[in-house]
Amino acid sequence: MQEYFISLWNRFDKAFLVEDRWKLYLEGLGNTVLIALMATVIGVILGIVFAGINYINKKTGKLKPLSFISNIYITVIRGTPVVLQLMIMYFIVFVSWNFKVEIGEVEIMDSSLLIGAITFGLNSAAYVAEIVRAGFEAVDDGQREAGRSLGLTTWQTMRYIIIPQAMRNSLPPLFNEFITLVKETAIVGYLGVYDLGKIPGLIQSRTFDYLFPLIIAAVMYLAVVLILTRILRILEKKLAKSDRG
Amino acid sequence: MKNNNQIKPLISVRSLVKRFDDLTVLDEVSTDIYPGEKVVIIGPSGGGKSTFLRCLNCLEDPDGGEIMFEGANLADPKVNINIHRQNMGMVFQQFNLFNNLTVIENITLAPEKIYGKLAKKQGKTKEQFKAEVRENAIALLKRVGLEEKADAYPSTLSGGQKQRIAIVRALAMNPKVMLFDEPTSALDPEMVGEVLNVMKELAHEGMTMVCVTHEMGFAREVADRVLFIADGNILEDGTPEELFDNPQHPRLQQFLKSIL
Repeated sequence: MQEYFISLWNRFDKAFLVEDRWKLYLEGLGNTVLIALMATVIGVILGIVFAGINYINKKTGKLKPLSFISNIYITVIRGTPVVLQLMIMYFIVFVSWNFKVEIGEVEIMDSSLLIGAITFGLNSAAYVAEIVRAGFEAVDDGQREAGRSLGLTTWQTMRYIIIPQAMRNSLPPLFNEFITLVKETAIVGYLGVYDLGKIPGLIQSRTFDYLFPLIIAAVMYLAVVLILTRILRILEKKLAKSDRG
Repeated sequence: MKNNNQIKPLISVRSLVKRFDDLTVLDEVSTDIYPGEKVVIIGPSGGGKSTFLRCLNCLEDPDGGEIMFEGANLADPKVNINIHRQNMGMVFQQFNLFNNLTVIENITLAPEKIYGKLAKKQGKTKEQFKAEVRENAIALLKRVGLEEKADAYPSTLSGGQKQRIAIVRALAMNPKVMLFDEPTSALDPEMVGEVLNVMKELAHEGMTMVCVTHEMGFAREVADRVLFIADGNILEDGTPEELFDNPQHPRLQQFLKSIL
């Protein structure tokens, strides 16, 4: 029995402590969070644009061609697997990209990671657009009418009245989308990016033992998701409080 | 009535048509609104009175006819409606205060965004201009007795307070005419008075007002002219005394009987 635990400890030691391998997991985690953050920023900005175009088109009948294009975009993105989108971007659209992004001497990311972040951002935009669309629809039409009745333009009304309220409505589901991205981006391993999901394979190639690398990576994902979920709950409570005024 | 030849109408409506799909809500409505005049619009629900008011500032796009205001035909889609809306204040049944802004921000948003460029041309700094707009907003809030609510959010206010602030928000643009769309219909009865008092004050100061309302007492007291709109047209048009004491049209007689 004791021998069993000792061998288990040795396996853990090799997977985590030998040669400071824990640093690899942290680097992987850093890359995962970096991709998820960049993808969320891209996704939220584009998603607001798509949802805004559809909202203005619905309310005023203007922007018909743009609304048509954004609807096609959303349909195609939501209707195809993200793995294929990733490969299309990597092997076709950005095939010529091969560089490293450095700040000073420190390498921040390479082109593969950037391609991954862009792809997930473009993918996420379609889902964010749906989230924000619901946020827009929850804003009472009287808000828009009041803005326009004062002589504000469509854009000013959107910018100062509608979008802030729509974003506030969408904040919890948007944060949820970010949490989903943290896990989903694990498939950037396809592009050879060393995110947290790719690290167990790297360690196994040296130790020929998958058990602890996989468990450790899973525990780290879980920890990050639990922390983010906790933050989301606090956020939701705060928003609910200010609703009651 | 003031429609002698010396005074030009402020708003001149000719053959205004509005349809919702197959339903004709306004069927060739024509009338003139003169500077300083207080016009009250009464009529049964679904008769087109709110639609008429909302067509005046093109919150509903007219399907035909003319709305002449400041020398422009607002019914023409090529006219920049935003410029003319700045001079037409509107007050809504549901108040429609901006929920994401404080009371003072509700009032200063439109003047700041719309007149900001003009102020820059006049050589004012951003700070000067903002202070001016804020000062004006505070003065308006004092007028309706709500200056202590300047930094509150709308969700913390009563209906009557919200509506008084909605009126002030429209006044901050110095409009030539105020449009009221059933301003007291969503209020608890004990709050109707405070809103009507603000409106009466405004009327005594000479503001041109067009008001859709069910408050017949207000109509009698304040109106220079009452329009009875039903079935998509103005069926009767005259002084409050003429309409209330001696109604001619059978629809109006029926309407007055049903509400009194």
